[in-house]
Amino acid sequence: MNPRKRRRLYFAVALVLAGVGGAVLVLGALKDNVLYFYSPSDVAKHHVAAGTAFRIGGLVEKGSVSHGAGAEVRFVVTDGNAQVPVAFKGVLPDLFREGQGVIAMGALDRSGVFDASEVLAKHDEKYMPPEVVAALKKSGHWQEGQKPQ
Amino acid sequence: MTGEIGQLALCLALALSAVMAVAGLLGARANAGQSRAVASSTAMGLLVFVALAFGSLIYAFVTSDFSIATVYQNSHTLKPLIYKITGVWGNHEGSMVLWVFVLAIYSGIMAFAQRGGERLTSAALGVQGLLAFAFLLFILFTSNPFLRLDPPPFEGLGLNPLLQDPGLAMHPPMLYVGYVGLSASFSYSAAALITGEANAAWARAARPFMLFAWIALTLGITLGSWWAYYVLGWGGFWFWDPVENAALMPWLIATALLHSALATERTGAFRSWTLLLAILGFSLSLIGTFLVRSGVLSSVHAFANDPERGVFILGMLVTAIGSALALFAWRAPQLQSGTAFDIASKETTLLLNNVLLSAAAATVFIGTLYPLLLDALTGEKISVGPPYFALTFAPLFVVLILLVPFGPRLGWRKGDWREALLVLRPALGVAAVAAVLVFAIATPHSLVAAGAFALAAWTIAAAIVDLVRRGDLRALPASAYASALAHAGLGITLMGIAGTTMWRSEGLELLKPGQTMPIAGYTLRLDGVEMVQGPNYEAERADIAVFSNGRAIAVMHPEKRDYPAEGQATTDTAIRTTGFSDLYLALGDQRDGGWVLRAYVSPLAPFIWFGGVFMALGGLASLWGRLRRRAVPLEQLAAAE
Repeated sequence: MNPRKRRRLYFAVALVLAGVGGAVLVLGALKDNVLYFYSPSDVAKHHVAAGTAFRIGGLVEKGSVSHGAGAEVRFVVTDGNAQVPVAFKGVLPDLFREGQGVIAMGALDRSGVFDASEVLAKHDEKYMPPEVVAALKKSGHWQEGQKPQ
Repeated sequence: MTGEIGQLALCLALALSAVMAVAGLLGARANAGQSRAVASSTAMGLLVFVALAFGSLIYAFVTSDFSIATVYQNSHTLKPLIYKITGVWGNHEGSMVLWVFVLAIYSGIMAFAQRGGERLTSAALGVQGLLAFAFLLFILFTSNPFLRLDPPPFEGLGLNPLLQDPGLAMHPPMLYVGYVGLSASFSYSAAALITGEANAAWARAARPFMLFAWIALTLGITLGSWWAYYVLGWGGFWFWDPVENAALMPWLIATALLHSALATERTGAFRSWTLLLAILGFSLSLIGTFLVRSGVLSSVHAFANDPERGVFILGMLVTAIGSALALFAWRAPQLQSGTAFDIASKETTLLLNNVLLSAAAATVFIGTLYPLLLDALTGEKISVGPPYFALTFAPLFVVLILLVPFGPRLGWRKGDWREALLVLRPALGVAAVAAVLVFAIATPHSLVAAGAFALAAWTIAAAIVDLVRRGDLRALPASAYASALAHAGLGITLMGIAGTTMWRSEGLELLKPGQTMPIAGYTLRLDGVEMVQGPNYEAERADIAVFSNGRAIAVMHPEKRDYPAEGQATTDTAIRTTGFSDLYLALGDQRDGGWVLRAYVSPLAPFIWFGGVFMALGGLASLWGRLRRRAVPLEQLAAAE
């Protein structure tokens, strides 16, 4: 093997090792840091463990929004078949309304209340988060009049 | 009438782009002077007609011609003039016309400048013609901006209020100039593969386009991040949102490209690698366009959810990227390899820069596309959050930033690491002092903060040391200033990111008029909230008195705006900046006779964007030096080195 070839071999081996190392890192990071999306029906069906972070999405149930002490807000997310109560401390997005689509990030506490760290509403009147649309379609409560945009 | 003119102009542009593609590619043969002349003149014609189409669309928006569907859906007579104009690209159809317009401008410049010789330019124009043809076809068949409504409505639906903002007026054009600018280096690379002229002259021809695209991307991303910071009301500057990632990936690859092209131009090294990066950079722009425009992502940027459009863009994407990569695989092995270089040399640092930046782009790519792939395969919906990026992206950048100062200090082909380190000793000292100070003074005492500031100080101080050690500052070439500015910018942005993420204070309280809340040494007093009338909105405007050490220092006015035409509300934050720290207020809901007020104090937040501006200035310095030096023959340059 001449020196040039040997250098190439070293380079190729280093590259493969770096690639494998990188892949392991990336996969490890992905495994621990993905947030699953569940609809209220999924939550009821799968018994998600308390403390496991995930995203929940659906409609804000009409008449369910109430304010606690200070800036705390409570509301119920529904997909028509199941309901999950949500507690959130913070400023709600501008387009948060009863009867509209919403996505919240957080985890269930021991009493089954979803403790949200972040609440996202749709960006404008014409838009509904695609996950929420899919969840509503699955639960059979999607009306074609609603525009998913 | 304007609608018909625009429509006709688009059709003519389509025909011209087809001619340009054929003539340009034919011009790649030897002795095809006539084809080359045709390619150049059709490039100019394309520019004229696309400009005419774009101009008529702007005219329709300015005159509120609601007989055109795009105008009806995205404009309103009461909207201020500037937002009527920016509304042109605040929607899917118009933004695609802007895209093609920018593409036509680049083609026009390429045809005019004829950099790298007539043959190379002709082949590059041919590729540009193909791209323009595909995009014009896409516009005419799936996203025609000039569709008529009969009878015309009296009033338009208005523009998403989040987009009615001066920062956002400039953000999309800037980003497009960057995105599409990468098409020029893509076309030059494809041309070099076709003609076999992948030499230093080719790298020199393509470099100004790469630089310009990179500057625009840098500024576009900076503007977008700043906009998100002050408009969204969360006080964050980067969310690892797929749409942000779509802009970040081409930027990372373009940054790698700039550095590898530097080596190709000087010593002929990394020839095929530079070609590949140019292809990848624009491919990522196309993927970004697909992600953003096809509606597969939920985002403020996702205008369209028309599956037909998604399929069209996907087809275009696969064809463009596939054929470019196939061309590369076929022709690249025939390129001669560059000269050898020592392991201690500038080339090595550029190689490391490229490996790290490409790896960083790959981690972002995986994090962005993995959820889409999983959804398509299993129907499971997941999202990949910031912790993933912190674990994969951040370590790569730490290594990158550690190495950055060595690049400018090592010689081509053969350098000396030890000597470079010796020269950079003062910067090492500054970094150590910064680490100790940050650890001792700032609370909570954090090794991560100390490390981040040491890294930032290291790059900034090293950039200064590098300049000073080169001798007379007035006699230095622009390229010395370019690398110093850009590398220092990286350090400045890092300081901003570290400062805000580690030391930000947050306050959230329900205040009745007269009540106060403390935050990070300030006291905020709500003096009242009044209704005010804007041009096309009404707002609840708070009067908040800010006290520091018992002294009134400012009155701030965060607003909640309601846009009746669009039926939407937005938060208008109030930010008081000292340049070193921001006091950031967002007004929340009214409740029980009070208002929810969210306040942040973000130390060093402005540095994030200052750093971006520095990087762009570095790019400008390089571009300036490049264009001025163009008259000097290559041999003289080599002798001067």
